[in-house]
Amino acid sequence: MAGVTLDTVRKIYAGNVEAVKGVSLAIDDGSFCVLVGPSGCGKSTLLRMIAGLETISDGSVKIGDRVVNQIEPADRDIAMVFQNYALYPHMTVYDNMAYGLRNRGTPKDEIEKRVKEAARILAIEPFLARKPRQLSGGQRQRVAMGRAIVRKPQVFLFDEPLSNLDAKLRVQMRVEIKRLQKALGVTSIYVTHDQVEAMTLSDKLVVMSGGQIEQVGSPAEVYRRPETRFVATFIGSPPMNILPGTVEGPGRVSVGGQSIAVTDIREGLTPGTAVEVGLRPEDVQAGAAGASSLAMDVDFVEELGATQLFHGKVAGADFVVQASTGQIAADIRKLTLSVDPANVHLFDPQTTKRLGRV
Amino acid sequence: MVENRPFAQFMAYLTLAIGVVVVAFPVYLAIMASTFDTATIINGNMPLTPGNQAAENYTRALFYGGKLAREPVSMMMVNSMIMALGIAFGKILISIISAYAVVYFKFPFRKTAFWVIFITLMLPVEVRIYPTYKIVADLGLLDTYTGLIMPLIASATGTLLFRQFFMTVPDELLEASKIDGAGAFRFFKDTLLPLSMTTIAALFVIQFIYGWNQYLWPLLITTKSSMQTIVIGIKKMITTTDALTEWQIAMTTAVLAMVPPVLVVIFMQRLFVKGLVETEK
Repeated sequence: MAGVTLDTVRKIYAGNVEAVKGVSLAIDDGSFCVLVGPSGCGKSTLLRMIAGLETISDGSVKIGDRVVNQIEPADRDIAMVFQNYALYPHMTVYDNMAYGLRNRGTPKDEIEKRVKEAARILAIEPFLARKPRQLSGGQRQRVAMGRAIVRKPQVFLFDEPLSNLDAKLRVQMRVEIKRLQKALGVTSIYVTHDQVEAMTLSDKLVVMSGGQIEQVGSPAEVYRRPETRFVATFIGSPPMNILPGTVEGPGRVSVGGQSIAVTDIREGLTPGTAVEVGLRPEDVQAGAAGASSLAMDVDFVEELGATQLFHGKVAGADFVVQASTGQIAADIRKLTLSVDPANVHLFDPQTTKRLGRV
Repeated sequence: MVENRPFAQFMAYLTLAIGVVVVAFPVYLAIMASTFDTATIINGNMPLTPGNQAAENYTRALFYGGKLAREPVSMMMVNSMIMALGIAFGKILISIISAYAVVYFKFPFRKTAFWVIFITLMLPVEVRIYPTYKIVADLGLLDTYTGLIMPLIASATGTLLFRQFFMTVPDELLEASKIDGAGAFRFFKDTLLPLSMTTIAALFVIQFIYGWNQYLWPLLITTKSSMQTIVIGIKKMITTTDALTEWQIAMTTAVLAMVPPVLVVIFMQRLFVKGLVETEK
């Protein structure tokens, strides 16, 4: 087993397009690291550089203690699972899994042992003689994972492996991947644009945007204390509400003339400084007007079953409140929201960085 | 058409039937003519039902040849077969390798290489026949199989066909192979070649028939009768100056000439269809 260390890794494509702008990251041995971000944020490029499918323009990638910049993908001791599975269509499931081992000259009985073992773990034993086209999407994905497992690699790389599956299967496979990773204890790097996948799978969550890392942390940390406005609105569903506001004094901000208390606020901000106030839809409650409350005009309600989403405006900006069904009358037009000072996030409108305690 | 219109359907079948008759009748006539003796064909009243000379005509054509063109047709068929197979396999080999290079390798002037290949499409054998003849003659390849085959191998159609196919193969397959430790040759042999089988079959059929039906090129470079191909042989049998044309032998030869291409189509079509149904990338 081995960890992965990235040191100011850059990818510059022809025409001076910088897809990855100096990323440094240390991934511990045995941990599950998820790279998440919108399309074109460089997360896949980064993964492909670790895999050796893209050259590294600058910086270094280390797997264990070994710098792998100049090492062929096959010799990096990694295994990769692709979004479209990339199974060899003309080979049986068994041959698909055995191919890599055969190319490395693994003895026949050892190959058979490993393939059988992987097939058992993934419950694909009945399909070993079939061709990929005779399998369903979920089964193909298992075969793709089997192909990774038999290699006994130092690192698993996953490139959006669940994107081609339907919603139900995706949830099921997500749990399986997590369980498998825990059982095998192999360092894993997983790329996704789906923040639910990112939150549920990761030990270490890396949020990327525009070729750079926005924040690294445990899922809870990233959710509870987003470092930038981008992270705040990207992680969490429905996304965090952002309201324009100004600093009133120590521990208080004003949103459209309504004053609310804030726990996590940078000291020494001069009153009148413009800030962006972030509130998660699930962090505000309907309540009586008090020392820290906001008035909201409700436009319509979305029913989600267990919860309801109230869409409307606070201080002229769009605002969403999530509440358990029945907690708030569905036909309400005016809503008073009470805000827990600990749940208010402040961001600098210019730098979009968090204005929290240092 | 969802609704049932008997008249429209009848017309459709009639048109189809007329088309089939127009195409098939000459072939039928040739087959019938190969079963009579010269006199019956020459007097102009050949019946449309089979005659009784079939066995004699076919044995004579196959093993003795016509009165003037003395070569047995079996030998011509062997020559034609060697040429057609040589062209078909040679073309497949050359074009699959060149397409692999053009699609999967980045090298300076890759685009130029592709366009140079592409441009040769505009220069079929007939256009470049003189320089080609000159080269083959200077190399001392007249009246050889190499001379027959080699100049016809070089063409762009196959390369283009394989290039188009290779472009549809997902990049991830190449990447998965790389991670599985397969180098350029292994990827070609283990993945690309098996996936290309349908394309290879298609190209084989087209090129085999193309090679088999060559007329101009063999006419130019073969002088020895032992190197004669069947298409040339038919021509020689028909153009007789002094003697009576042995139409029954010419027709027999024509029928024999049809057999291999027909067999190739029938046999390869099964592979075609199988390939089309099974291939999934």
